[in-house]
This record gives sequence, C-alpha cells and structure tokens, in this order.
Amino acid sequence: MLIDEIRNDFPILKRKVNGKPLVYLDNAATSQKPKQVIDAIKNFYETQNANIHRGIHQLSEESTEAFERSREKVAKFISAKPEQIIFTKNTTESINTIAYGYGLKNIKKGDEILTTVMEHHSNFLPWQLVKKHTGATLKIADITDDGLLKMNHLEKLATKKTKLVAVTQVSNVLGTINPVKEISEIAQKNNSLFLVDGAQAAPHMPVDVKKTGCDFYAFSSHKMLGPTGIGVLYIKDPDKVDPFLVGGGTIKEVYTDKEAVWHDSPWKFEGGTPDVSGVIGFGATVDYLNKIGMEKIRKHEEEITKYALDKLLKIKNITIYGPMDHRLRGAVIAFNIGGIHPHDVAAILDSEGIAVRPGHACCKPLMSRLDILAMCRASFYIYNTKNEADVLVSGLEKVNKIFKR
Amino acid sequence: MYAENIMDHFNSPRNSGEVKDPDIKHKEFNPFCGDQIELTVKLRNGKEIQEIKFQGKGCSISQASASMLTEIVKNKNIEEVKKLTKEDILDLLNIPIGPVRMKCALLALDTLQNGIKIYEQYTKKK
Repeated sequence: MLIDEIRNDFPILKRKVNGKPLVYLDNAATSQKPKQVIDAIKNFYETQNANIHRGIHQLSEESTEAFERSREKVAKFISAKPEQIIFTKNTTESINTIAYGYGLKNIKKGDEILTTVMEHHSNFLPWQLVKKHTGATLKIADITDDGLLKMNHLEKLATKKTKLVAVTQVSNVLGTINPVKEISEIAQKNNSLFLVDGAQAAPHMPVDVKKTGCDFYAFSSHKMLGPTGIGVLYIKDPDKVDPFLVGGGTIKEVYTDKEAVWHDSPWKFEGGTPDVSGVIGFGATVDYLNKIGMEKIRKHEEEITKYALDKLLKIKNITIYGPMDHRLRGAVIAFNIGGIHPHDVAAILDSEGIAVRPGHACCKPLMSRLDILAMCRASFYIYNTKNEADVLVSGLEKVNKIFKR
Repeated sequence: MYAENIMDHFNSPRNSGEVKDPDIKHKEFNPFCGDQIELTVKLRNGKEIQEIKFQGKGCSISQASASMLTEIVKNKNIEEVKKLTKEDILDLLNIPIGPVRMKCALLALDTLQNGIKIYEQYTKKK
C-alpha cells in the first residue's frame, strides 16, 4: 500500500491547523482513525446496536456475535486464544486488573516485584500500590546513559523471591525496544510471572505473546488507529487472576448466604456493559492493520526514525534522548532544545501546524533519572512522511530563532 | 504568542532574585508544565508592597507574567493586589492565551495572592 493511499483513509489529515497542513506527531499519545474504523462504529449504531450477552432478539444476537468476533481477531493478532483476551478501558485498567486481581491476592510481605526506571506511571504506580498494601519490595532496574535497559542490573535484581516482573516493551519516551524474550527467560528461571506493557509496541510491530513468553500483556486500541475507551489484557492463565471489577455479566451463580461463582474467562473480568461499539470498531482496526501488515508498519517506522534522527541531530542546541540506533528503538523521539521550556517549543511548533507532546509523558521516575523536568516528544506512525520530519526540523529552527539561541 | 514584550520579559526578567528579610515568601508550582515561581515581598507598614522579587523556572508565559506582575504591584496596597483578576494579567500579557496555558499565565498572580493570604492569617494569629 502506498503512503498516499493510507493517508487518504484518514479524514483528519486533510485539516489545517493555524492555517498550515496538520503534521500530527503525537501518535504515542493517541493515533488518528481511518474511515474504515469510523464507518464500522457508525454502521454498528445505525444497524445493529443492542446490549450483548443479554437479549434473545435479533439485534442482541448480531451485536454479541460482532463483539465476540472482534475478540477472536484481537486474539489472533497477538497469537492468543479468545478466552485469554479481556477487554478493559485502556492499558492502565489492564495493568490495574493484574495489580488488584493478582498482586493483592498473591504477593506477600517479603516478596519482590521487579520493574524498570523507564516505565510509564501506569506500569509503576500499580506496583507501588501493591507494595504499600502487601509490604512487598519494589525493585527498579536502571538504564544505560544511552537509554537501554541495563540487563545485567535487571538480572541481578531478579531473585527467587520475585513474584512479578513488569516491563514495558517499548519506552514511550526513549523509544527503546526492550528484549522482552530475554527478560521472560530471566523471569521463568525464578518462577516469576511476567507482565509486558505493550501500549507502545502493539501498534507498531508484530506481537506474539507465545513467543514472548509473557503471562500478561496489556495494550490500548486508541494508540493503534482504533477508538478510545478500549484496552486489552492478555492473561495466559486466567484462573490465576480474580476479577477486579465485579457486577453484571461476571457470574454464574449469586447467593445471599455464600460466595458467588464467577463466570468463565473472559466474561468474569468484564463487569457491566462494555463499550460494544468500541470493541467492534477495534475489530475493524485489527483488519485494517492486518491489511497493511505489521512487518511493513515496523519497516516504515524504522526508515522514518532513521531519517528524522539524522536530520534532528544536525539542529543547533538539540539533545535527543534514547538510543541513536534506529533498529533499537520505536518511532518515538524525545528531545530538548537550547534550554527552552518544552511548552514553548510545542507552542511554536503548533503555530506551524505541528502536534508534539511536551511534558513528563507520565514518566516522572525517568525524568529524574535523565535529570530533566520535561521534554518534547515527536512520535511517528504509518501515515507520517519524511516530508513531515522535514517540517518538524524547520519548526525547530524557528524555535531557535525566536529564542535567539 | 511569542510577541516581543513576552520575549523581552522572559529574556531579561525584571525584579529577578530574592528580597532580604521578606515579610512574604511563597512558592507555587504548576504540575502541568513543571513551572515554579517563588515570590519574596517586603511590605511598608504591613500594607504596601515596598519591594518584590521573584525566582522561577518554567515556560516563557509563566516567567514573563511574573516579571510583568512584579512591575505593576510595586508600591500598591495589598488590598488592591488582592483584587487583581485573571483579566488584569491577560491585559498585561496582551496575547491570546488558551485554556491549556492559562495556568502558566496565572501562576505568578496565584502565588502572590496566596502568599498574602498566608501572611494575613499568620499576622492575625499573632
């Protein structure tokens, strides 16, 4: 598929911002949506809308079937089984489901949880919470100066007491791609369970949970061309985890004088009416990604990352964080320029129609490790072009000029 | 947004630093941007702003608005300063400020007004 054809599928890319063509480089925050996904949601509401797993009427049956078909597509997308796929609100809720439904129940005082300093708050705060409530120890693996995970440090921190290892597959700031297969082997050696935060990986590269060897894998629809409000949690062995949100749809039996009997997975985890249209929209998203091909997406992003890194490194006063080898990173480039506050940089770029993210990107521990308060982040996706990387470079030159740097 | 007056105050801030033996010393943060402003104020007769200085880190809007604010409140009665509003600051900045940057623009005023409030509570107790 040609990039022009792909761009044509995204109506929003035609709009202007501040009189300039939109250059959307905030994909690590959320991605744009193709018309195929928007149409699937519209079509659902116009022709099928009903609650699922409830009514014995035509619409309800059609909705249920479409909903469960989406689950099958998502399962296949990461080489899992449908009963291992739980729909949540987002990656944050997916990880919290494990913290509450597994961590609080199974992790005890004296046990250890192992994570890294490059985690997003959503893969950090839940473990601090488990630590607080159970008295377990939280260990944090460090990074090298070029933003790679220090594997020897992680290996040293992992012990037989480690109940859970929680690591991001791709850093949302450094772009670093972590060797999850290797980490999984370390976890297995110690009989620890392994959770992968795939929020920045699943949208951008092929994911195979079996090959990765993880017990839990979490990601979000909205970062991969799908609707907001849909997260995914893969659980290898759902019997190990208790439901976190209980209510409608999660039970087989409820008694007044004894404990309820939970439904089978995945339904025991999906309390209340889910975002039916969102899940169906996400099914259409997976179709769209498969049509392009995840290998192709990764290749496109590697090329654009290499191109952008080369150009950005030539800008005066720029500091780029993370590994410089494009093969080791996703299409996320965080930087600071000339001591100028990232909000000022982002505001000037916005005046040129360029959308980037300034701030700490929900990674305060990493900001402290890098000894910065904040940074700017440009993140690319399948519809971004090399020309847009050039527009970013011109925008940053303008920043230098305005601030007389 | 990056009008000359903003860049002028950002690059050469007025009343930058710390007042000796201040009557009011107060610091506030804007967690969204990571901006911070600390104001130190010396009062005349406990009523009028005799001297005011600020130190801070952050974006140009937050630092420029602090610089501008210190200029206009000098020799003003604190009762008057308490009455300053969002609109007064926006008039000073004289550029369009969207909802996202409003916290940056108002950080200095919030810091000063909260500092006065704490000062008044403290002196009343005495």
